[in-house]
Amino acid sequence: MAITVDSTGDLSPEEQKRLKGDLSRSLRQKKIRAILLVAPLVAFILVTFIFPIGNMLVRSVDNPQVHTYMPNVTEALKSWDGQELPDETIYAALAKDLIEGRKAKTIGKAATRLNYEKSGMRSLITGTARKHKKIVAPYKESLIGIKKKWGDIDTWKIIKKTGSPVTGSFFINAFDMVESPDGEISFAPEKQQIYLKLFWRTVWMSLLITFMTVLLGYPVSFLLASLPMKTANILMILVLLPFWTSLLVRTSSWIALLQTEGILNDLLVWLGVISNEARVQMIYNAIGTVVAMTHILLPFMILPLYSVMKTVPPSYVRAARSLGATNWTAFWRVYVPQTVPGVSAGAILVFILSIGYYITPALVGGESGRFIGNMIAYHMQKSLNWGLAAALGVMLLVMVLAIFALYSRVVGDNKVKLG
Amino acid sequence: MAVPSYAGPLERAWYYGFRAICVLIFIFLITPILVIVPLSFNVEPYFSFTEGMLTLDPDAYSLKWYQDFFTSDRWQESIKNSVIVAFFSTILSTGLGTVAALGLSRSELPYKGIIMGLLISPMIVPLIIAAAGMFFFYSALGISNSYLGLILAHTALGTPFVVITVTATLSNFDTTLIKAGASLGATPTYTFFKVTMPLIMTGVISGALFALMTSFDEVVVAIFIAGVEQRTMPMQMWAGIREQISPTILAVATLLVAMSIIMLTTVEILRRRSDKIRGIS
Repeated sequence: MAITVDSTGDLSPEEQKRLKGDLSRSLRQKKIRAILLVAPLVAFILVTFIFPIGNMLVRSVDNPQVHTYMPNVTEALKSWDGQELPDETIYAALAKDLIEGRKAKTIGKAATRLNYEKSGMRSLITGTARKHKKIVAPYKESLIGIKKKWGDIDTWKIIKKTGSPVTGSFFINAFDMVESPDGEISFAPEKQQIYLKLFWRTVWMSLLITFMTVLLGYPVSFLLASLPMKTANILMILVLLPFWTSLLVRTSSWIALLQTEGILNDLLVWLGVISNEARVQMIYNAIGTVVAMTHILLPFMILPLYSVMKTVPPSYVRAARSLGATNWTAFWRVYVPQTVPGVSAGAILVFILSIGYYITPALVGGESGRFIGNMIAYHMQKSLNWGLAAALGVMLLVMVLAIFALYSRVVGDNKVKLG
Repeated sequence: MAVPSYAGPLERAWYYGFRAICVLIFIFLITPILVIVPLSFNVEPYFSFTEGMLTLDPDAYSLKWYQDFFTSDRWQESIKNSVIVAFFSTILSTGLGTVAALGLSRSELPYKGIIMGLLISPMIVPLIIAAAGMFFFYSALGISNSYLGLILAHTALGTPFVVITVTATLSNFDTTLIKAGASLGATPTYTFFKVTMPLIMTGVISGALFALMTSFDEVVVAIFIAGVEQRTMPMQMWAGIREQISPTILAVATLLVAMSIIMLTTVEILRRRSDKIRGIS
């Protein structure tokens, strides 16, 4: 349709309206088209990645076992005030749960769950269920006769507490705290504290690794940025080759280098620095983790740092020199401040990657070089305490996301660069 | 950066000292990669150089670990699995990632920051957390212990690389070219394949290579969600390193280094080509 203009040269009101309508319609179409392009991947990531993680987050407070597999006693305990031993009806409910649960072979699940709260609960429950023939009315007497612990009020408090479908107990556990049967929360005895210590170790070792990558990455990036393009490109291969090499390959070669019968020890013995009997233990401990991870993460520091350093005009340093600054002053007061964005981008990237590491600490870390990731894997695969694994995972995730938020503020999402 | 002729002895010393430090750091970077190559030819099952190897005695070298690798059913099976999973997940993540990057580079897209954050989250979230989450969720869906589950998981992990590399290529993309295409009467599809695609191809291919490498090297998620049937090569290596570390691992490692050299070269060639097309260097 043609646009008609009235005598004053302005568009008539109807025309203005129509044009505005056309414009917004076309903008809306463009918007929809852009959304349609992004939609498939967003949906894919939501389903295959975000939901699974969300599902795991729920598991950190989810508490279905006792509630599902001992339904009668859970229901009956709701009206119990916890002041003195429950009455016969509650014992009868327990007897019903134990007998039915044994038949359905589900009682073990509830027993295992209760055992996380207090060790000994599993044997109490499975032991009683095994003697199901002896469970007869009056149940209170009969159950206490089978296992004395049924006469202990704390046993009941634990069942009541664990019977709730939502629990904070995994988080309490993950923070190295204990909850008394009455619901009071306090720190576990020093010797039983595992997770906070492990978190702390993960953080400080990651900081150490980050610091090492800055220390080693800065001079190399500086050199690469100041060399002519051709030479720099060739030397860059030495950075990119490790970057592209399989993580497992790099980790296994560090085992070959650092183990007591390995290359570095052989070299030191051959040089006479140490005697053959006094070979140094450099792997399967914290040193192994720090060395191997520094090597693995170093390219993640060098690449962003190099790309920032290349944009720093050399004339500033020259100007500082010509104004009488010493080499050091010119470098420290003029050059370094301009590379801070690169250092912080690299450092945060290395730190984020580092605190979530699992493979390398598991292979070369031994006992003292283990990270929180290894503990999560342990609870997932060995102890099967999935709720606790999920709670530890939530803590780690919160930490990573907080640091990443910082990263995006410092660097900006769009500037994440690879290679 | 050569030493200027007016430099004093201190500056000279600093200059060479600095170079020496850099050389040491480069040695630190590259030694672990290079050292495994000769060790993989060791005739003894050791992880260190024997006297015979140092004196270049031919009897001290052998190909038996390579032979072991190429004749062992377990290793061959694991390579097959890795190739299957990497192939499909690379195709999926490249397709999904490229299309999403096209959308992300449009200025009309609302909530761009949030969407970008969501799409690159697989790169940020620690693998162990992703693995744990996928373990529960994929088991519930009944796709753990299957190729499908592993392929979907690896696709999710690979897409951020494609999104990032392709968006980077598109950020320098001159959109007037599309308008020029349209004004000359080309349909949007035609313009896309004839104008846009060739220009962003370098980004797509490097993204695909990153995704391929991610899948080919990924072990954490695989340990959690793959069954014995889907045992991939990294899983086999992981088991090997943890149990009895045999030099076969080093033979595999050497082959993987060769592969990474090929990948690296390809990406570099592509990057230069792309810089040239866009007139950067």
